[in-house]
Amino acid sequence: MVALRLCPIATIHDHTGTSPPPAAVAMAEGMGTCRDRLIDQSLTARYSGWILEALDELPDNFLISDPVISGHPIVFASRGFLAMSGYAREEVVGRNGRIFQGPATDRRSVMEIREAIREERTLQISLLNYRKDGTPHWILFHLCPVFAMEDGRVIHFVAVQVPIPRQSRCSRSGEREMVFGTCRNEVRLDEDCGCNLAVDSFLDMDNKGLDAEESCKASDREKEKALNAATSILSTMTHYSKLTGRVVCTKRCSSAGIVPLSSSLNISLGRIKQSFVLTDPHLPDMPIVYASDEFLSLTGYSRHEVLGCNCRFLHGPGTDAGVLQQIKDCIRAEQACSVRLLNYRKDGSSFGNLLHISPVRDASGKIAFYVEVQIDENSKSDEHGLSPKMRQLGVVGQVKVAVRSLSSRAGPSRTSS
Amino acid sequence: MLTIKRVPTVLSNYQEDASESRGCGRNCLGKCCLPVSKLPLYAFKSDSKRPISPSGATDDPPADFFLNSLLLGQWEDRLNRGLFRYDVTACETKVIPGEQGFIAQLNEGRHLKKRPTEFRVDRVLQPFDPAKFNFTKVGQEEVLFRFEDGGGHTSLFFDSASVDEANPPSVVAINVSPIEYGHVLLIPRVLDCLPQRIDAESFLLALHMAAEAGNPCFRLGYNSLGAFATINHLHFQAYYLSVPFPVEKAPTREIPIAKGLADSGVKISLLMNYPVRGLVYEGGNTLKDLADVVANSCIWLQENNIPFNVLISDSGRRIFLFPQCYAEKQALGEVPQELLDTQVNPAVWEISGHMVLKRRKDYEEATEDYAWRLLAEVSLSEERFQEVKAYIFEATGLVEAEVEDTDANENKGTYQPTTASTTHFPEGCLVLQ
Repeated sequence: MVALRLCPIATIHDHTGTSPPPAAVAMAEGMGTCRDRLIDQSLTARYSGWILEALDELPDNFLISDPVISGHPIVFASRGFLAMSGYAREEVVGRNGRIFQGPATDRRSVMEIREAIREERTLQISLLNYRKDGTPHWILFHLCPVFAMEDGRVIHFVAVQVPIPRQSRCSRSGEREMVFGTCRNEVRLDEDCGCNLAVDSFLDMDNKGLDAEESCKASDREKEKALNAATSILSTMTHYSKLTGRVVCTKRCSSAGIVPLSSSLNISLGRIKQSFVLTDPHLPDMPIVYASDEFLSLTGYSRHEVLGCNCRFLHGPGTDAGVLQQIKDCIRAEQACSVRLLNYRKDGSSFGNLLHISPVRDASGKIAFYVEVQIDENSKSDEHGLSPKMRQLGVVGQVKVAVRSLSSRAGPSRTSS
Repeated sequence: MLTIKRVPTVLSNYQEDASESRGCGRNCLGKCCLPVSKLPLYAFKSDSKRPISPSGATDDPPADFFLNSLLLGQWEDRLNRGLFRYDVTACETKVIPGEQGFIAQLNEGRHLKKRPTEFRVDRVLQPFDPAKFNFTKVGQEEVLFRFEDGGGHTSLFFDSASVDEANPPSVVAINVSPIEYGHVLLIPRVLDCLPQRIDAESFLLALHMAAEAGNPCFRLGYNSLGAFATINHLHFQAYYLSVPFPVEKAPTREIPIAKGLADSGVKISLLMNYPVRGLVYEGGNTLKDLADVVANSCIWLQENNIPFNVLISDSGRRIFLFPQCYAEKQALGEVPQELLDTQVNPAVWEISGHMVLKRRKDYEEATEDYAWRLLAEVSLSEERFQEVKAYIFEATGLVEAEVEDTDANENKGTYQPTTASTTHFPEGCLVLQ
C-alpha cells in the first residue's frame, strides 16, 4: 500500500488545469515537509528526544496522535501495534486513525470515538479494526487525552488497542445480515469513513474470516490490560514532559470550561489550614476547582491530579452507595449535609471520612460553589479542645466569607451570564 | 497568647439532674434558666497591654481561632439549624461605583421580618422594661458562647462551662436578621438587664471582643436609642465585611489636646470629607484607656439626650463616634421624601457606609450621590457639631490646644491598620496569619 502524503492545501492548480508553476510546486512540497516536520517533532518537542526510545520499550499496542496538526495524524505507533496490524511504521505515521477501520466497523462506535475526541475525554470501546492484509479483528480501543498543564489544551491522544480473543460465540446469528447491510451503506454514503482499501475485498466476508458472532465484548481482563497500558504510557509521557518543562497531565488542569479562581480568592482560601475542596456545580460533572494542601496530603494526590475532576476518585468498593445518594440528593436540594463515608487515598488505603458539604454563594447571592470539608475520623483530636464538627463548620464559614467577598469581586462572576 | 484547654465541668449549686428541664423550661437567657445552664465560654486574657500582632509562634493555636473557628463556625452551625430568618448570603451585594466605595445590599425581606421598635424614639435614655422584648427572652440556641474576662494572661476556651454567681455572664448571640455573614450581638451581663446605654465596663468588653477577633474586617457597632437601636437592652453588634467601610478610608485631622489625654495616650481626631461629622479616637496605652475616653464622651451624649452611633474599627484600635439627628428631622418632616422612600434608617452600619436596601429599584439605581445625601441628613450641622464637641471635651476634662497652623496636623486618611499585616490589605480583609 502506498503511503500517501496528505497535503493540507486544497489545490495549487490554476483554473485551466495546467501544471502548476514551479514555485507553487515547491511551496506545496515545502508545505508537505513542514507538516512532516510537525509530525516528526510532535513528540520530541514536548517530551524530549528520549521519548521515542522510552515508548519503544513499552510492550503494548498503541498509537499516539496529534489533534493540533491538521488531519489529526498519528505521530507514533508502537512496535506491538505494528506487529498486530501488519503495517510498517512509515505507513502509519502521518495517517489518520480511520485507516484501520473498515466496512464492518460499527458506525456508532466510530461516532462515539469522534465525540470523545471532540469532547476531549477518555473512552473505552470495543471496535472492529482491519489489519494491513484486510483481515478484521476485534479490539478493545482505549482512548485518553493528554493535556498541556500550562493552558489545559489537549495536545495528544493516546489510543491503546487490546486484542479481544475469539471466545464462545455471542448469540448474534441473526445480525450477520445486518452487519453486511450496514457495511454496504457505510461504504456508499459515508465519505468520511475513508476506506482507502478496495471495497470489494470486504464484501466477501466469509473468506476474510469476519465472524459477526465473534465475541465483541471485552472482558475485565482486556479492560484492565488497556487501563494498565494507558497508565504506563501516560506516566512515561508525563515523566518525559518534565524534561522540557512543558509538562502534561492526564486530567485537565485549567480548561476553557473551568474559570480560574481569582487570585484574591485563592489567597483567602490558602489561609484556611484544613482539608477541603471547592467544586463547581455549573460545570459538567461538578469538578474540583480548588483543593487545599491539607486535602492533598490527606488523600495522597497532587493538585493537578485532582483539579478538574469529580470527587468520585475518592470512592471505592467500600463506599456506601446509599450515602453517595444522600449527598446527591442534598446537592440537588441545595442543602448542606454531613455524612460519614469510606474514602480511598491514591495509594489505595481507605479512611473514614466525616464529610460536610455546603453550598457557597458569591456576592450575587447565587450558588457559586460547593465546599466539601473532610475530616479523617482517625485523626487525633485537635489540641485546642475544639470538636471536629466545630472546626469543619469554621472552614465553611471562612469559605463562605471568602467567596462572598466584595474585594476584587473574588470568584467567577455569574451575574454577567 | 491563646491557649485552649478542656477543663472538667463543675456542677453549679443549682445543677439538677441533667435530664430534667431547667428553669422555665424554655431554656432561655433569663434568671430562670441561665444560672443553671452550661454554655461554651471564651475567657479572654486580662492583659492590660494592647494586643500585639500575631507572632510566628508555631506551637500556639492559630490566632484566628476566636473569629474563624469559634465565631464563624458556630454561626454556620446555627445557619444549618435554621435559626435565622433568611440566608443573608443569598442577598445580592455590591460596591457602589465611586470614590467612597459605599456598599449596598439588596435585602427585600429583612425589614418585614425584623422585630419592630417598641419604644419612643425621642429619648436616648429609657428605663429597662422587662415586659418588652429583651434578650433574656431569647433561647439559648441563639447563643454562640459566653465572652468574659478570664483574669489571666492567656485566653482560654471551655466548650461547656457552668454559670457561677461571682461572674455575671456576658454572651455572644446570633442576630436572627443578619446584615452580613457572622452578624452577632454582644450582650454584656445579660442577667443584669441593663438598658441600652454605654458604661465604661461594657464598652471595654466590646473593645476586647474586637481585639480577640484581631481582624479589621470584623467590626463592632453600637446604636443608642433614638439612633435606630431597636431593643432597649444593652447590646453591641458585630459582623464580618471583607472590604473597608468608606468611613474607615476618610481622612482625619487630629485635634491637639493640651490637657486631659496625656496619661492615657489617646488621640482624638475630626473626621474629614465625610457626609457625617464625627470624632475618631485611637491609640491609648491600654484598651481600657481608650475605652474610658470614648465611654466618657458617650455618657455625656446620652445624658444630654443626643442620639449617637459608635463604630469600633481596626480590631479595636480606632473608634468612630457619630452624634446624629435623623430621627428628629424625620419627626419634624425635614427629610426629603425620596430619601424616606428608600426606608433606610441610618444606624451605625449605614453611617459607616454599608446600606441595606429593601427595594430592587433602589438597589439597582443606588449611587454614591444617594448615599452621600442620605448620610448628610444624619449628620449634625457644623455649628451644632462644634458645640457638641466643645461640651464633650469640657465634660470629660479635655482642653483643646491652640494651634497656629491648622494644616500642620492634617492627616491623610488611609485605611492602614497599625499591624504587621498591612500587606494583606490590597487583597481585602482576609484571615490574619
